[in-house]
Amino acid sequence: MKFRIGPRTSQIIAYILLLICTIFVISILIFIIGFVFKNGFASLTWNFLTQKTKAMGKEGGVFPSIIGTLMVTLFAIIVATPLGLGSALYLTEYTKGGVIRRVISFGADCLAGVPSIIFGLFGFIFFVIALKLGWSIISGGLTLAVMILPTIIRTSEEAIKAVPKAYREISYSLGVGKIDTIIKIVLPSAFPGILTGIILGIGRAVSETAAVIFTAGSSLNIPSSLFSSTRTLAVHFYILAREGISMPKAYGTATVLIISILLINFIAYRLMHRFIARYY
Amino acid sequence: MKERTSEKILLIISFSAIISLLLITIFIFVQGMPLIFKVGLKNFFSTHWAPTKGNFGILSMIVGSLLVTFGALIIGVPLSLACSIFLAEFAPPPVQKILKPIIELLAGIPSVVYGFIGIVILVPLIRNTLGGSGFSVLTASIILGIMILPTIVSISYDSLVAVPQTYREGSYALGATKWQTVLMVLFPSARSGIIAAIILGMGRAIGETMAVIMIAGNALKIPGSILDPVRTITSTIALELGYSTGDHRAALFACGSILFIIIVLLNIIAIKIARRE
Repeated sequence: MKFRIGPRTSQIIAYILLLICTIFVISILIFIIGFVFKNGFASLTWNFLTQKTKAMGKEGGVFPSIIGTLMVTLFAIIVATPLGLGSALYLTEYTKGGVIRRVISFGADCLAGVPSIIFGLFGFIFFVIALKLGWSIISGGLTLAVMILPTIIRTSEEAIKAVPKAYREISYSLGVGKIDTIIKIVLPSAFPGILTGIILGIGRAVSETAAVIFTAGSSLNIPSSLFSSTRTLAVHFYILAREGISMPKAYGTATVLIISILLINFIAYRLMHRFIARYY
Repeated sequence: MKERTSEKILLIISFSAIISLLLITIFIFVQGMPLIFKVGLKNFFSTHWAPTKGNFGILSMIVGSLLVTFGALIIGVPLSLACSIFLAEFAPPPVQKILKPIIELLAGIPSVVYGFIGIVILVPLIRNTLGGSGFSVLTASIILGIMILPTIVSISYDSLVAVPQTYREGSYALGATKWQTVLMVLFPSARSGIIAAIILGMGRAIGETMAVIMIAGNALKIPGSILDPVRTITSTIALELGYSTGDHRAALFACGSILFIIIVLLNIIAIKIARRE
């Protein structure tokens, strides 16, 4: 006699197995964050956030890295936002299929999949060496700008697409031109969605290591100009952890890094939801 | 006049992504490719890497990259598919509403943090239970497998949810259980989205650098077992770029070119599959 598992039984077995896998996945991810926080909160003092780094990171705080991260990220956003938003506008408002649209989309899709070490190599040879910008905030910022461009293009495109056609038609029927309609009607309506893309871009820039270590360098001084080399928080953490300089400081830096990323992604998520609730 | 100028400006801006992609390709290939032709394919695809002495064999690194990526997929794909099926089909809506955003938030954890967790927890654990140094193919595969979970879960969840409700109802009406519906109706309908998710996860694993450097041991030989240390293409670039000069630096760009070709091929496959829907 052949033994067969009935459909009800296999349903129950599948349910239990899937449930176990899901609990496992969620708990691993929560565990990673919990583990870092548990060991990191002890180092997380006001002094840690506001003091200069001493003895290569063995002592002192992470203030220079916080400033460096902010400057590199800000520079990247300032460069990438107009480019990304402009591309998204052209894609949604001016093209109706065709070759140009396909070429632009293909570029954005492919760029999105390029690994960060390739951006690092490119930024190093192009911005640092060919354009003679050296290891600097500018080089790091430009490299990150190229890296987050696809994120901003894609999210802005979705946001602009979500603005109802009727808004544009009413504006045109009142005799307003296309570009004025875009500036006065489309962009304000799509603003929260566009902002979501920018914030997601900030998140990627803050957590990046491979692309910035070869373009912004790893100087521990507080940057004095856009041409100064700097060490972002992610790079600082990488060096602390890999070279085993100081475990407590590494945990502390990781905690600062994770809290910032979670906060950034949480804000992006809330904005996205409010935006979706408005138009769908 | 104003309309035409603004359209022109937007058109020029919209080429920024494709121009960046071209610049990246040109700069990396121009730096790297001449070296491959100079030293010959035989030298370049050998296992002997001593770039300061004229040996540029990257075979062991290619094998290393493929091994850890394959290992990551073995660990990450079943877990993340199970998780996405459970969330999309079995979990009650309130649970879905809480867990989906949590997984998306976790997708933002920097890869260096995963590498660090590898160093402080997994490396000692493997050293003490399975032997070896702990810095190994296995360690890197497990950490990369965990790292790609959020990506694959989130994309395959979206493609499962996108399957029209009528498909499910039709299947239930024929007397199928939920699990049978998942296997026979949902999987085939969401197949292209799921495959695209897996390819994106694969791209993340093969391109990961810092986390792998921290846990893979970086030894320059083809590993004999999963407990042996291993070095990937990406690790070599990141470990040596800082001090390399001349042909050595060109060799690193050649590594970058090879990696770039692999990734672009993967992307084109993923885009093709995703568009087929």
